[in-house]
Amino acid sequence: MNLASLQADLWTVAPELWLLGVGLLTLLLDLVVPAGRKAAVGLTAVVGLVLALIPTSSMVLWQPRTVLFGTYAVDGFAVFLKIIAIVTTILVILSATDSMGRQTRFEGEFYALLVFTALGLMLMAASTDLILLALSIEYVSLTSYVLAGFLKGNPKSNEAGIKYFLFGATASAVMFYGFSLVYGLTGTTNLYQIAQRLSAAPVPALYLAVALMLAGFGFKISMVPFHQWTPDVYEGAPTPVAAFLSVGSKAAGFAALVRVLVVTLDPSRVNWVLLIAVLSAASMTLGNLLALPQRNIKRMLAYSSISHAGFLLIGVAAFRGDFGTPGVLVYLLGYTFTQLGAFFVATLIGSQLGTDEIPDYAGLARRAPVLALLMAVFMLSLTGLPPTSVFLGKFYVLAAAIDNGLLWLAVVGIINSVISLYYYAGVIRAMYIMPAASEAPLAEPAGLQVALGVTGLGTLIMGIYPQPLIDLARSAAVLLRL
Amino acid sequence: MQVGLTSYLIVAALLFCLGLYGVLTRRNAVAILMGIELMLNAANINLVAFNRFVAPAAVAGQVFALVIITLAACEAAVGLALVMAAYRSLETIQVDEINLMKW
Repeated sequence: MNLASLQADLWTVAPELWLLGVGLLTLLLDLVVPAGRKAAVGLTAVVGLVLALIPTSSMVLWQPRTVLFGTYAVDGFAVFLKIIAIVTTILVILSATDSMGRQTRFEGEFYALLVFTALGLMLMAASTDLILLALSIEYVSLTSYVLAGFLKGNPKSNEAGIKYFLFGATASAVMFYGFSLVYGLTGTTNLYQIAQRLSAAPVPALYLAVALMLAGFGFKISMVPFHQWTPDVYEGAPTPVAAFLSVGSKAAGFAALVRVLVVTLDPSRVNWVLLIAVLSAASMTLGNLLALPQRNIKRMLAYSSISHAGFLLIGVAAFRGDFGTPGVLVYLLGYTFTQLGAFFVATLIGSQLGTDEIPDYAGLARRAPVLALLMAVFMLSLTGLPPTSVFLGKFYVLAAAIDNGLLWLAVVGIINSVISLYYYAGVIRAMYIMPAASEAPLAEPAGLQVALGVTGLGTLIMGIYPQPLIDLARSAAVLLRL
Repeated sequence: MQVGLTSYLIVAALLFCLGLYGVLTRRNAVAILMGIELMLNAANINLVAFNRFVAPAAVAGQVFALVIITLAACEAAVGLALVMAAYRSLETIQVDEINLMKW
């Protein structure tokens, strides 16, 4: 590797380097911008992130290859997930500009941390080396722990931070032990070389390594049985952070999981498809059943995010054929818009009414008709009713399951969709049927309005006119393989 | 007497199990953190031993171990900061007493 090719490689990580610059600039700006105007720091970060979208999206159709000594993939799959990470961060910062300023005096640092986390998510999506993968997963985890416990004076936020940390650090340690076993079985840390050498590895040791690694990935995507932290962290963390964790970390976790399973483990003799299918069914069912009795909107969305992780795992288990991997991408994008939108409504209600309880959403249809309508759309989308974005995702992963001969898993998925209608419809019932406690209209801050508009439009457009997105996901579903 | 790969792996596995046992049984957040450090060190011993006995041509395993040592230090810093913040408002670091939120 000579200097010229290293320079060429550096161009392929231009978006990451740019985000690093944006993050540092945000930190510096925070020093000079006086208190009370910190929203300007957030807006600068948003502009930087929007600019990062341009070089990133230009990479979608690049020839798949690895750069930087084979440690970093440039393929459509990674680029698609990088775009999801950036869009998520932009929307979360926009939604937080109003409420965070009133809750903490470290608002500027909050935006800087979000930008740095976005950088970590991008690294996670593209790592093709165990060392870089470990480093990026831990990087995202560390910033997420801080974000979850960001409100230092708030006992619930403290509890969320410490619980997230203890669960996450344990899961990471278990995963690193699994990585060390994989390294020992193959003598290399490069995922592609591991794939070549795994067929000679003893199968029982390989199962142990896979199980240990799944602990780390399962924690990131809140898969059963590594889901216990999810409701407590989502409830205690600031609502924009909960939105970010439920979408950003999950998408990047899926990126790493799919890359390790499909690229690296598929050539070996480990029957991971059945394992993932069972975990998928368990996540969907348990998440749904525990969501049924919830009264707190953030806890309800946390349990529903566990069940959505189960749906996404259907797409991972059914990766063969034309539907699995594009299905995961379509599902992730649709889920990003819808879940973020639902959390943004919760942010607004939380900051205006000071409550996260679903019964307090009573009469929202009269107090804020547009908001209530959007929330109803998000709830129907999370259920998976057409014409919305999550319907499209569910359609794809269920088709993939049937295509791969996992009919039982598709049936479990459909039954779970029906069950989930109960608790999503409960929110709509509260907003439209229950009488309002007061008739005063709600104030809607500008940043939140923009974020809600984008998520609402995204949810509906993906459901009504999905063809461009499907084409994009199909061409992006090129996972660099050997 | 030559110390073989198996001996290292047994030590690492014991260390890992001890760490996991500590994480699962301790109630003090700092003690849990110490258990996690033991688990990370088990991975480190594995990596260095595998590097020496399986793939001595490259130093990937040793580099990996150095990376994990660095991550462990960062993790301890962030973890202790969170424990401090929690102690200030909740006045306990016993994890079974930190239970404002339950299902």
